[in-house]
Amino acid sequence: MTNKTYDILIIDDEEVIVDAINRIANFNEYTTASATNPRDALRLLEETTFNLIITDIMMPEMNGFQFLDIVNQMNITTPVIMTTGYSTLENAVEALYKGAIAFVPKPFTLEELTSVFKRGMEYSKIFDKYSTESDDDNLLSIVPCPPRYSRLGFDSWMNEEFEGTVKIGVTDLFLNSVGTLDTIELMSIDENIHQGNSALKIIDSNEDMHQVLAPISGKIINVNDKITENINLLAKDPYFDGWIYTIIPFSLEGEVEKLTSCSSDI
Amino acid sequence: MKLFNKIGTRLIIAISLTVIIIIGVFAYFNIQSHSKNLISEVERHTNQLSETIKNTMQFDMLQNHRDHITRVMNSVGEEECIKNVRLLNKEGEIIYSTDTTEIGTMLDKKGESCYVCHVENEPLQKLPIKNRSRIFRIHPDSSNMLGVINPIYNEQSCWDADCHAHTEEQTVLGVLDLTVCLKEVEKVVNESKMDVALFALIAILIIAIILLILVKILIQRPVRDLVKATNYVAVGNLSHRIKYTRKDEIGQLADSFDNMTRKLAETRMQLFQSDKMASIGRLAAGVAHEINNPLTGVLTYSSFLLKRVKNNPEMKADLEVIVRETKRSREIVKGLLDFSRQSTPKKGSVIIGEIIENAVDVISNQLKINHITLEKKCDNHIPKITADANQIQQVFLNLLINAIDAIGKKGGLIQIATKEVSLSPYGVIQIRNAACPKGHSLIDEEHKIEGMPSIKLKAKSETNEGFIHLDPIYGKHQDHYGIQIKDDEIVRLYCPQCGISLVDESKLGPNCGAPTYSLIVPGQGVIEGCTKFKCMWQKWDAVDNAGDIKFVEIKIKDSGCGIDEKYLSKIFDPFYSTKGQQGTGLGLSVIWGIVNNHKGKIIVDSSINEGTTFTIHLRVDND
Repeated sequence: MTNKTYDILIIDDEEVIVDAINRIANFNEYTTASATNPRDALRLLEETTFNLIITDIMMPEMNGFQFLDIVNQMNITTPVIMTTGYSTLENAVEALYKGAIAFVPKPFTLEELTSVFKRGMEYSKIFDKYSTESDDDNLLSIVPCPPRYSRLGFDSWMNEEFEGTVKIGVTDLFLNSVGTLDTIELMSIDENIHQGNSALKIIDSNEDMHQVLAPISGKIINVNDKITENINLLAKDPYFDGWIYTIIPFSLEGEVEKLTSCSSDI
Repeated sequence: MKLFNKIGTRLIIAISLTVIIIIGVFAYFNIQSHSKNLISEVERHTNQLSETIKNTMQFDMLQNHRDHITRVMNSVGEEECIKNVRLLNKEGEIIYSTDTTEIGTMLDKKGESCYVCHVENEPLQKLPIKNRSRIFRIHPDSSNMLGVINPIYNEQSCWDADCHAHTEEQTVLGVLDLTVCLKEVEKVVNESKMDVALFALIAILIIAIILLILVKILIQRPVRDLVKATNYVAVGNLSHRIKYTRKDEIGQLADSFDNMTRKLAETRMQLFQSDKMASIGRLAAGVAHEINNPLTGVLTYSSFLLKRVKNNPEMKADLEVIVRETKRSREIVKGLLDFSRQSTPKKGSVIIGEIIENAVDVISNQLKINHITLEKKCDNHIPKITADANQIQQVFLNLLINAIDAIGKKGGLIQIATKEVSLSPYGVIQIRNAACPKGHSLIDEEHKIEGMPSIKLKAKSETNEGFIHLDPIYGKHQDHYGIQIKDDEIVRLYCPQCGISLVDESKLGPNCGAPTYSLIVPGQGVIEGCTKFKCMWQKWDAVDNAGDIKFVEIKIKDSGCGIDEKYLSKIFDPFYSTKGQQGTGLGLSVIWGIVNNHKGKIIVDSSINEGTTFTIHLRVDND
């Protein structure tokens, strides 16, 4: 069935974008195939295996979300990156909710896309291991997010505390995809974060920057200073001691709908 | 329109018929009594004449001078209107008559001249004067005749006379029958009939003319204006007003119509505005998408090139400029998308100073170009407020751009000052709970005014009855009226559930002296207000006494051309622009909307050629 393997499948209705993404991929020495519409892409997926898919959202005939739904139905575990020129917060949240591993708003720079590709490749490896279930030890290496928690895609988690405050952090899967953590850039107390907007930046040992999207909107009332002092704490215990912010949510009820409950992960 | 379909014609016909009937009935009775009077006058005359003839003839009869009698009767009978004079003896034989052919003939006792006395077998001995006359026609075409019989009674001189023609036993010796024609009377009656008909005709004519004029002034003209106005509205001209000063029903209708058009115009404006904003939003989103794709090409290729020319510092520097500027474009488009996002305001804790700083950064270039000096007097210790930073920034940005436009190219000064102030709670505090004296809640969750549950009351005016919804903001008066009320009318207010009156007749409002209503706010005293429709007085002691509320005050003052006083009230209206083709007229209305959404206030103060000051108040402890 599958006789060829490429690293990345690029889907965008504009040639120049496909070409631009292609160049960045090639610059990073990934092999690529491309399609200018989702139907061609689905045809390619039938005969070819990819490690990563990057797709536009706004396309004629079929949009990126519909494409993602079909890919999920086909039980293809290849991680998907979504990108769009119509880069609203709603689109970002929707993309992650539907299972995309990252949302990259257009226009992007070489560096931004490179860091997302790197993470995508890591996701790909992790997903492969999960689906083949060949190595039980590796399974344990990813700590699932605890029940009662909710997460936005694979990026961030939130846990409602008493007194109406909410703790926010980064999922272990995200941290694993980043690799070796170097520094973390946090926002400060009293600043506002918005669901789907960047809430923090993690810089890895290769100086690539990774943005984590906020799971819900709110006002930051506390920042975990311990992780800025010792970033390893984040990798060691991402769900408890490695929390990032405590926030007062603006509209928790409406936003929780677009989060995935972690109790379904186990 | 057909003549008969006109209100005027119908009214005239109806009133003419009424007039004809009234005058007809009146004329009938009038003429009846008139002719009766005339006839009785003629009767009196004839009786008198008959008596005169009898008296004249008495001596001749006693002397038995029959030729004298004949001459007297003939000379009387020559009178134009005296038809006949005859003398009958007791047996009914005509002894003398002006009509000589009759002499010697006998009259039937049942005949018209004898009937009065001989109605019964035994003839009457005495005949009262009023019964002596009779009216009859000789033949159907002739005019009426009045016959008067005058009985000649027996007296001593008669039986004592030499002729011994009569004995003492006789009572009635004979009858003098005088017949006169009623031609004159009929002529007078007919004339007065003609007069009445003429009078009726003239009356109808005068009434018709007055009615025509009245209908024209009172009904036709206003109705025509109303029809014209509805036609204007139908084709979409909502700025047309009828403007009647009259206080009658038509005036009320016109007022009501004007009111309706005004409301319609406001609603349409709001609709336009939201529609326009939605279109702008869609447009911005579309443009953002379209621009982002080519920008992606530019940014990726340039950043890609930048990676490859590490060894060429000159080219690297140039490419860095391209990358930097493209990233800037990216931020601009992102800003456009943020602006167009139609989601609810995302309120957070914001520092006003920072927002002003950001807004000033955006326009710093324009300030430079226009030689404008910016002075900032910001109090650094003012507390943070809860607000949507983007929206508040939009407010400042719009106000600053307006200030720059007002100053123009000649240069000038813009001053921004912020400080903390304390202001009265009037027009700010929301009434969250209100009840009638029996404890029924008056809050209506269904009917909202500017998004807040209103206070529902049952209202009765002089002519109307219905419900009104009071603005829940203390002192703001954006009330919704379910019924039409005149400006200075006093409205009776009742609890919609139990109907208990909320008006205290003895307690009069301080502004206009009308009775006041009071609503109970559980735990927070009583709110009082005036029942006069247009009086804005409201009082809430518990809140007033609690002291002033803290606000952050932001003043933006420019040294520009200023705004004419007569336009000041209009500048916050949607689509009102003084910038001609350059402006959409939405800027200030959007600002007003944002400030209003933040439960704040915006005030404008301006004088021509001196400049304009906008003052914004935003709540510090906003809930």
